[in-house]
Amino acid sequence: MLLFLVRKTLWAAATLAVASVLVFAALEIVPGDPAQVMLGINATDEAVSALRQDLGLNKPVLERYFSWVLGMLQGDFGKSYTYSVPVNELVADRVTISLPLALLSLFISTAIAIPVGLYAAARRGSLADTGIMALSQIGIAIPNFWFALLLVYFLAIWLQLVPAGGFPGWEAGFLIALKSLLLPAVSLALPQAAILSRVTRSALLETLGEDYIRTARAKGLSRRATIWKHALRNAMIPVLTILGLQFAYLLAGTIIIENVFYLPGLGRLVFQAISLRDLIVVESVVMMLVATIIVINLMVDLAYLWVDPRLRHRQS
Amino acid sequence: MTDFLKTALRNKSFATGFVITVIVVLMAVVSFLWTPYDVTDLDIGSKLKSPSWTHWFGTDHFGRDIFSMIMVGARNSIAVALVAVIIGVGFGVPIGCWAAARRGLLDEALMRGNDVIFAFPALLSAVMITAVFGPGAINAIIAIGIFNIPVFARLARGAALSLWPRDFIMAARSAGKSSTRITVEHIVPNMANLLIVQATIAFALGIIQEAGLAYVGLGTQPPLPSWGKMLNEAQTMMSFAPHMAIIPGLAIVITVLGLNLLGDGLRDVLDPRLTRKRD
Amino acid sequence: MRTLKRLLAAALVTTAIAPATMLGTALAAKTSLIMGMVLEPPHLDPTAGAPAAIDEVVYANVFEGLTRIGSKGEVMPGLAASWDISEDGKTYTFNLRQGVSYHDGSAFDAEDVKFSLDRARAEGSTNAQKALFAGIESVTAKDANTVVVQLKSPAGNFLFNMGWGDAVIVAPETAEGNKANPVGTGPFKFGSWVKGSAVNLVKNDAYWGTPVALEKATFRFISDPAAALSAMLAGDVDAFANFPAPETIPQLQADPRFKVVIGSTEGETILSTNNTKPPFNDVRVRRAIAHAIDRQAIIDGAMFGLGTPIGTHFAPHHPAYVDLVNQYPMDLEGAKKLLAEAGYPEGFKATLKLPPPSYARRGGEIVASQLRKIGIDLEIIPVEWGVWVPEVFKAKDYDLTIVSHTEPMDIGIYARGEYYFNYSSDAFKDTIAKLNETTAEADRYKLMAQAQTIITGDAVNGFMFQLAKAGVWNAKVNGLWENSPVQANDLTGVSWSD
Repeated sequence: MLLFLVRKTLWAAATLAVASVLVFAALEIVPGDPAQVMLGINATDEAVSALRQDLGLNKPVLERYFSWVLGMLQGDFGKSYTYSVPVNELVADRVTISLPLALLSLFISTAIAIPVGLYAAARRGSLADTGIMALSQIGIAIPNFWFALLLVYFLAIWLQLVPAGGFPGWEAGFLIALKSLLLPAVSLALPQAAILSRVTRSALLETLGEDYIRTARAKGLSRRATIWKHALRNAMIPVLTILGLQFAYLLAGTIIIENVFYLPGLGRLVFQAISLRDLIVVESVVMMLVATIIVINLMVDLAYLWVDPRLRHRQS
Repeated sequence: MTDFLKTALRNKSFATGFVITVIVVLMAVVSFLWTPYDVTDLDIGSKLKSPSWTHWFGTDHFGRDIFSMIMVGARNSIAVALVAVIIGVGFGVPIGCWAAARRGLLDEALMRGNDVIFAFPALLSAVMITAVFGPGAINAIIAIGIFNIPVFARLARGAALSLWPRDFIMAARSAGKSSTRITVEHIVPNMANLLIVQATIAFALGIIQEAGLAYVGLGTQPPLPSWGKMLNEAQTMMSFAPHMAIIPGLAIVITVLGLNLLGDGLRDVLDPRLTRKRD
Repeated sequence: MRTLKRLLAAALVTTAIAPATMLGTALAAKTSLIMGMVLEPPHLDPTAGAPAAIDEVVYANVFEGLTRIGSKGEVMPGLAASWDISEDGKTYTFNLRQGVSYHDGSAFDAEDVKFSLDRARAEGSTNAQKALFAGIESVTAKDANTVVVQLKSPAGNFLFNMGWGDAVIVAPETAEGNKANPVGTGPFKFGSWVKGSAVNLVKNDAYWGTPVALEKATFRFISDPAAALSAMLAGDVDAFANFPAPETIPQLQADPRFKVVIGSTEGETILSTNNTKPPFNDVRVRRAIAHAIDRQAIIDGAMFGLGTPIGTHFAPHHPAYVDLVNQYPMDLEGAKKLLAEAGYPEGFKATLKLPPPSYARRGGEIVASQLRKIGIDLEIIPVEWGVWVPEVFKAKDYDLTIVSHTEPMDIGIYARGEYYFNYSSDAFKDTIAKLNETTAEADRYKLMAQAQTIITGDAVNGFMFQLAKAGVWNAKVNGLWENSPVQANDLTGVSWSD
C-alpha cells in the first residue's frame, strides 16, 4: 500500500518534469516577441530591447528554464510580462470562477446522469431504457459550444431570463454570481451527463452479471437490495474514472465555453496570454493544470483502492 | 464483405449509423465534383437569405449558399478527423504492440510517455500547438492526432498483453517466429475488431474537436468553409439569421451521431461475446 | 409566436429562476457607468505602451497632458492653462494650472512636466511614441508654474502631439508604479483591476477642474462580438464606444433602449502592399488591384454598411481631404489588361496576412474573392498581432495585408522609406518635408492635397474605407464622444438623465 503510494508519487514527479521541458520548449519556438507585442507598431527598436532586458528575456535559455522550475518548486510561478503581477495572483483570481464552474457542472451532470443511468440499468430493455439511451446518444453528439449558443439564444436573448454572459464577481452576491454560471455549467454538463449515464448503466449491468451478485440473488436477496447493497459499490469504479477525467477536462477544457459566455476563467487566461505572448503565464498555468490532472488521477487510483478491497490486496 | 454487411445491417444501431455516414461521405465526395453554388464566390447582394427553393439552407453573411458550404465542410471535417485517427492508429498501435512484446523497462518508458501526453489538457494543448505553428487544417490535424496516440497505444498494449499467453501465439513462438512477425501476423489481426470500434469513436470525437478548434478560429482557414467556422460566424447573427447557426450545428450532431451509432453497432456485430455480456 | 414566447417566459420565471427579479436596478439617477471595451489593456501606463486600450481607459480620465484633444480633434488647454509661441515657432512657453494635485495628494508643478518629457525622450525609454518628442531640444522649468520647451525646428503639430496619451504628465515618485497603479491628476482615480474582466475608476473629489457627474466608472473587457451583443442586450454594459459587431447595429438601432451613433474614426483601412516585392513593385500591378477592388462590397460585406469609401490615405472628415475614390473605377477588363502589360496575363499567386480584427478577417475574404476574378490567387494567412508586428510590420515579410491605420493625420508614414509599405518617392518626401515646415493653414492644406494625389497616383496601397465607429449606449447616458479623434473614452462630461 505504502509502496504503491510512493511509486505513484515518484512517477507523478517524473511526469511533471518531462511536461515542464515540453511546455518550455514549445513556447521557446512560438513566433512573436512579447516585448514587441507590448510596445506596439510604433515602438523603436531601442525601446523594445530595453523592455526585453527588463523582462529578463535576454538571458540564456537554460538559465531561464532552471530559474522558472526552481521558482515553481518554491511556489513562485513568475511575474506576468503584460500585467506585471505575479502569476499566482492572476491564477487565484481566475480559479474563483473556473473551480465553481467545474464543480457546478460536475454536480449537474452527476445529479442527472447517475440516477438516470441506474434507472435505465434497472429497467433494462424497457421503453424508458431505450429512450434514455437514444437521448444520451444524441447528447454525446452535441458539441457543447453549439448547445451553449442555442441556450444563449433562447434563454438569454429571446426570453431574457438569465444573463447572456459575463461574471459580475462573487462580491455582487452569491445568487447573482451563481446565476451567471448557470448557463455555462449546463452547456458543459449536458454532453458529460450523456456519457456518464451510459457508463453508469453499463457498469451496473456488468456487475449485475458477476458471480457474487448471482450468489447474492440465489441467497434470496431481492433485486433491488442486491443493487443497493452489492452492485452499486463495484459499479462505481468506472464511474469514478470517468468523473475524474471529466473534472480534469472541466478545469482546463472550458476555453470555448468561457469564450461564449465571456467568463474570465483559467482557459481564457491562457488563451489571451498566448495571443499576447505572455509566455510565462502560459507556461506556469499549463504546468499548474498538468499538475492538477496528475493529482486527480492519483486520487482516482486511491479511490479505487477504497472502493474495491480486492485491488487493495493485489497492489500490496 | 457483402455477407458481413447483410448480417450487420440487421443490427438497428449499425444500420442507422451506416446510412447516416454513407450520406455524409457521399455529400463530401460529390462536393469535389459539384456543388449547387461556388463556395468561394461571394455575392454580397444576396446575403443572409432564409432557406428557400433557390438556397435550400439559405445564405450566409457573404451571400454564399449554406447547402454548398455544408457539403464542402463535410469534406473538411471528414479529412481532418480521418487523418487524425490515422495518426493515432499509425503511431499508437505500433507503440502499444512493441511495449507489449518487449515488456520490461521499454514498456514502462513508453507507457509513462503516454501518461505525460494524457496529463496535458487536450484542448488547451491544441490551442498551444496552433499558436506555435499557426492556425490551419494541417495543424488542427496534428493537434487532434497527437492526443489519439496514447488512446490507441493503451488499447493495443492491453489487447496484445491478453493475446500473448494464448495457445496459438505460443505455438507460433515455438515454431521460431520472431516477435515482430508474430505481432504482425497474429496479434494485430486479432485486435482489429477492437481497433475498428475505437477508430470509429475517435473519428466522431475528431469531428467535434475540429469544429471546436475552427470555432475559436484555429481550424481550416478561408476560403474553404468548415462547420465550426460557420458556427463562429453565425454567432452574432443569431437573432436575425438563426439558420446560419442551426444548420451547421445540426450537421455536426447528425454526423457524430451517425458515427457513434456505427461504432456501437460494430462493437455488437464484431464481438458477439461482448454483446452477450452486455445484455 | 409572441404568445408562446410570453407563456414560456412566464412559466420559466415562476418555476425556476426567481432570483431574476433580484436584479431590479436602483431608481435614483445613476452615478455609475459600465463601459464595454473590446481589448483589455496590458497595463495602465500610457507612457510605456502603444496599445490603444491603455489610452481608452486612462486618457483624460486618470491622466492629463499639457494640452488635451477635444471631441472634434481640437487642441484645448490641459494642465497648461495657456501658452505662448515664439516668433520663430521654436520656443513654447507653457503657463501651468495652479492648485493641481496628484491622486496620492502630492502637488503638481513644472518639475513634473520636465521630468515627464525628459523621461519620454531619454535613451532607454520605453515610450511607444518617441517620435512625438524627437523634435524637442530642451525642457526647462522656469519657475514652479512655467515650463519652456525649446524645439530643434518649428513643428506645426507640436501642441497636438502634446495632447497624446503618450505625453501625459506623471510624477517622478509614482512613475514606475503607473503600470499597475496609475497615479495621475485627472478627475477619476484608479480603483481596482480585476484582470481579464474589468478596471474600476472612482471619482477624484480633489479634482482641480469641473467635477465629474459619475461616482464610479467601470471598463469591462469583452473581446467576443457575440458576447458584446448579449452584454448590451442584457444591460450588463451601459455603453460601447466602439461596438465590435457591426452586423448587429440595425437590431440595436431598432431598440428604443439604446442610442446608436455612427461616427468616424481616424482609421484608414487599407490593403497594405509590399511595394518592393515583385510583382507588387510594378505600379501596373498595384493599379490593376485598385481597379479590381469593389469598396462598397467590402463595406457592405465586412462592415455591414458602416464605413466611408476612401481613395487615398486621409480621413474624409478632414477639410483637406481629396476625393480620389473614382480614380480607379471598378474595371475587371482594364485590370486584367494592366496585369497582362506587367507580364502576368494569367495572374499570379500571393499571400494575404490578416490580423485578428473582423474588418481584416472578413474584409480579407472579400478582397481575396474579388482579386480572384482578375487571376490573382491569394492564400489567406490569419495571424495574431503578436506575429503580425514582428513579421509584417518589422521584417516586412509579406505580400499583402489589411490593417486600419488609426493614428490621426498619419499620411507622413509614406515619407518614411523604411516603413513597411517599402514605398519610396522623392516627390512625396519633398511634399511632406515642406508640410512640416509650413505653418499657414491654407498652405498646409494645399500640400496635404498634393501628398494625397501622389500616393493615389502610385497606387501605393489598396485604399478601401475609413473605419466607422459605431457607438452604442443606453439612451439615458449623455456626454459620450460621437467621434474618436484620438483613442480615448473621455468620461469627464458623462451623466445619466433622470
